Amino acid sequence: MTKEQVHKIVLDIIAEIAPDEDLSNVKPEVRLRDQLSLDSMDFLDIVMELRKKHGIEVPEADYPRLASLASCGEYLLPKFQARGA
Amino acid sequence: MPTFPRIVITGVGLTAPNGNSHAEFRANLLAGRARIATVDVRYMGRHPAGVCDFEATRYQRRKELRNGTRAGSIAIYCAREAVADAALDWGGADKARTGVYIGITEHGNVETENEIHSISQFGYDTKFWTHHHNPRTVANNPAGEVTMNLGITGPHYTIGAACAAGNAGLIQAAQMLQLGEVDLAIAGGVSESIHTFGIFAGFKNQGALAHHADPAKASRPFDRNRNGIVISEGGALYVVERFEDARRRGARVYAEILGWCINSDATDAVLPNPGRQSECIRIALKHAGLEPRDIHLVSTHATATPLGDIQECHALRAIFENCPETHINNTKSYIGHCMGAAGALELAGNLPSLDDAVVHPTINVDHLDPECALPGLVLDTPAQAGRVETILNNSFGMLGINSVLIVGKPRP
Repeated sequence: MTKEQVHKIVLDIIAEIAPDEDLSNVKPEVRLRDQLSLDSMDFLDIVMELRKKHGIEVPEADYPRLASLASCGEYLLPKFQARGA
Repeated sequence: MPTFPRIVITGVGLTAPNGNSHAEFRANLLAGRARIATVDVRYMGRHPAGVCDFEATRYQRRKELRNGTRAGSIAIYCAREAVADAALDWGGADKARTGVYIGITEHGNVETENEIHSISQFGYDTKFWTHHHNPRTVANNPAGEVTMNLGITGPHYTIGAACAAGNAGLIQAAQMLQLGEVDLAIAGGVSESIHTFGIFAGFKNQGALAHHADPAKASRPFDRNRNGIVISEGGALYVVERFEDARRRGARVYAEILGWCINSDATDAVLPNPGRQSECIRIALKHAGLEPRDIHLVSTHATATPLGDIQECHALRAIFENCPETHINNTKSYIGHCMGAAGALELAGNLPSLDDAVVHPTINVDHLDPECALPGLVLDTPAQAGRVETILNNSFGMLGINSVLIVGKPRP
């Protein structure tokens, strides 16, 4: 598992919950909300899909860590690795 | 009695199992074309149902469709079509003086069943329950989705009135316009009921769910061999205005709302009461200042349950027995029972009769039940009525709620 693979997982989730968005050029360092039309309910959807599809828990205090693809990679990679994914 | 302003219908938007526009729906009713599918009902196998195939993405983004409800999507489609049909200057319309009043039979069952199914895949752990559940299941959901989609900031709510709800939405609109609470209303009824297994199971266990080898023949009000209800989804919403406002803007007027009544049986949760139904009709006639013989078309509620159809026929016979100009028909024979949308859709299918004096027939009556052999009942082929200046629209529901709406040909 690499950070790039985590990016792909998060983008796949976003493609499902925000199907109108063009995800072909999402910049990893830029906040997702600054380049996509996502609201707080969408971020809760991301949290839910991580839980449902991958068994990954994101406590509420850590929600800011999902701000960008890069921060998702940093934050989620150890969680995926811990699950042996 | 105070004098209230006259209220008119100036726009129609609908989706029915056999039509996604007013013109298509009417054409299919005149051509005798039913359209009932069979669907997989969770836990229950395949059953006949009326399914709508309108283009939801015409007015909603895919994310809105995902986050919202089917009832909300049906309501948005119908509302936008009605606004376009009314030729309103929507950009210039006062959205704060616009009200949305939508009749529903039930709401929230679909989402609740889906979520229970979803968490059943996770050992019933509620941390997998969606955060979308509450906005999807609040009872105002379909009307609220319309306001968000159209930027309407006036009042919105749904009217929970079982299967009498389509008329109830229109009655609420007329009342709010007469009281001056709003200047424009979007009103009628919607239903997403085919997406809940509960309503299928409930009717089946009550012995009231239709079955037939040919789904298009399953909904057969007044037929001797009728065996129950075909559950359908759909919606019909109208633009409703005060006559003076409509005249001022040069609007085409489909019909004037002449009278109405909502009353209660206060007798049984499911068995209709013909005495209260006929009372409801009589009060609506009085409200409209009309006699039974002045009604040229009665759109029946009959759902094809063995007893319910007979009860309504008792109520109608008591009033219209000696009215040679009164024609009677039924729309559920084409589209099944659209629940909260039923009354609104059935009215829409008959509204053009005020223009062309043609009454669409009731179909699927192979053997007319003698107890349903009402004088004036139009079967199989359209009737040239000579004149249709008034329509009386019946819509009844569980817990003994009756609604009757009378509309008339536009007057100058």
